[in-house]
Amino acid sequence: MSHTPAFAQPDQDPNLPGDAGPVVAFRNVSISFNGPPVLDDVSFSVAPGETRVLLGPAGVGKSVLLKLVNGLLRPDAGSIRLFDQEIASMPEERLFPLRARTGMVFQEGALFDSLTVRDNVAYQLIQERVPDSEIDRRVRDALRFVELEETFGLYPASLSGGMRRRVAIARALISQPELLLYDSPTGGLDPLTSTTIMELIVKERDVYHTPSLMVTHRIQDALILCNHRFDQGLGRMVLLPKGQTDPGTTFLMLEEGRLIFDGTLHELVKSQNPFVREFLA
Amino acid sequence: MAIRMIENYAKNIVLTVQDYSLFAARAFTNLYRPPIYWPEFLMQADIIGVGSLLIVILSGVSTGGVLALQSAATLSSFGATAVTGQFVALTMIRELGPVLTGVMVSGRNASSMASELGSMVVTEQIDAMRALGVDPMRKLVTPRIAASITMLLFLTIVADACGIFGGGLVTVFMNHQNGTQYLDMAWEHLRYPDIIQGLVKPLFFGYILGSIGCFYGMRTTGGTQGVGRSTIQAVVWSSVLIIFVDFMLTQLLLTLFPPL
Repeated sequence: MSHTPAFAQPDQDPNLPGDAGPVVAFRNVSISFNGPPVLDDVSFSVAPGETRVLLGPAGVGKSVLLKLVNGLLRPDAGSIRLFDQEIASMPEERLFPLRARTGMVFQEGALFDSLTVRDNVAYQLIQERVPDSEIDRRVRDALRFVELEETFGLYPASLSGGMRRRVAIARALISQPELLLYDSPTGGLDPLTSTTIMELIVKERDVYHTPSLMVTHRIQDALILCNHRFDQGLGRMVLLPKGQTDPGTTFLMLEEGRLIFDGTLHELVKSQNPFVREFLA
Repeated sequence: MAIRMIENYAKNIVLTVQDYSLFAARAFTNLYRPPIYWPEFLMQADIIGVGSLLIVILSGVSTGGVLALQSAATLSSFGATAVTGQFVALTMIRELGPVLTGVMVSGRNASSMASELGSMVVTEQIDAMRALGVDPMRKLVTPRIAASITMLLFLTIVADACGIFGGGLVTVFMNHQNGTQYLDMAWEHLRYPDIIQGLVKPLFFGYILGSIGCFYGMRTTGGTQGVGRSTIQAVVWSSVLIIFVDFMLTQLLLTLFPPL
């Protein structure tokens, strides 16, 4: 990584957890789809400036949980607060402004295949009728952040899987969201491309300090987030000194719809829960 | 076991009807509430209207021709071949123009809407749109329904004209009758209620084909196989509903405008 982001002023004073009320708060949330519960009595929160990593094997309800955060799915029971507003039973039309304040990176990127990269990244700005010249400038800045400026006029079909994911990150970042949701951002990618994606997420965390929730089944990704910081001087992420971890990055773990762990990396590796130990092994 | 299956099947039908009613009602109210996405409306109008023009012209000319052939054969036994023009024009304008156009356009566009929206659902593009704060009902569904209603009206008029033209060709070149007489009979016996009947129906049929195509597309599940299933259901149910609603509308319109 060689570029520093230019499409927004980086936050010089990180707002670490504990300073204000949570950005997201789940209380006893359950959901099922014509069968056993996919999520059962889940409670957790995401504080301002905090990065939470939701771990668990495939099929335990991680993506469902992420879609509950911005109201793409509705819970059967429980309370979900987003930006201090109860959204569990909020009408769809009132949810759109709240969703516009969040950025979401989908598992496969979910780019609009009939639109160019420029129009994909600018989608939200186009809807807000931002002038074309400003759109072009902000899209180029966002693409520069993910190091894909040359893809400006291309269609998603001509991009590789990793490039699509990076464009999706640019799309999520362009409107400077107050919360970022990553759904398995490295799923199905080769190790090198996965590291590139993780470096972008570390860069976003350390430059803008946007609170985020990242879903992954890869413990390596979680460790990269915890053990690295982005060095703006060097323009790349660097390993933290031995024994140090990022204080704002904490973990959640799901097992068959139930939240079985909520804590720091230190607590995670010391956990005696057999499922956690098996997952980490 | 069998009873349980029948029960589940019946519940699914009731649930689908309920979901469609809510979907159709929401789509209908969106037609009159801002924001209205005019560029999307114009693009869909082009796809549905201009794109379907050729099949509507061909089917209209052929249907009018067949009507003229069949009616002349039957009417000749009563010595009434002179009323072929009246028969073709009234049948095309009141019934076959709207219904045939509705079914043809439904086959082409309800399927296209269901497969396009279905693909967007299974690749999470619809969720991405919602996550970006844009309502897919307003952005994708409403322009398609509005364009279906508008363009089906004009396509029906084209089909009616082509049908009468096709009937005229057969009358003159195959049945060797007088073309002026054909046109005179077609014109003289045409009343405003006939035209109203012919122009009210495509408004309903356009709404049906647009809403059914979008409904099945938006509720697609099960990956690419699901897209195929949605496409089939959209074509089948829009065609069946068009024919069923035609029956109901004809009954209603004949009550409102009784024949002389």
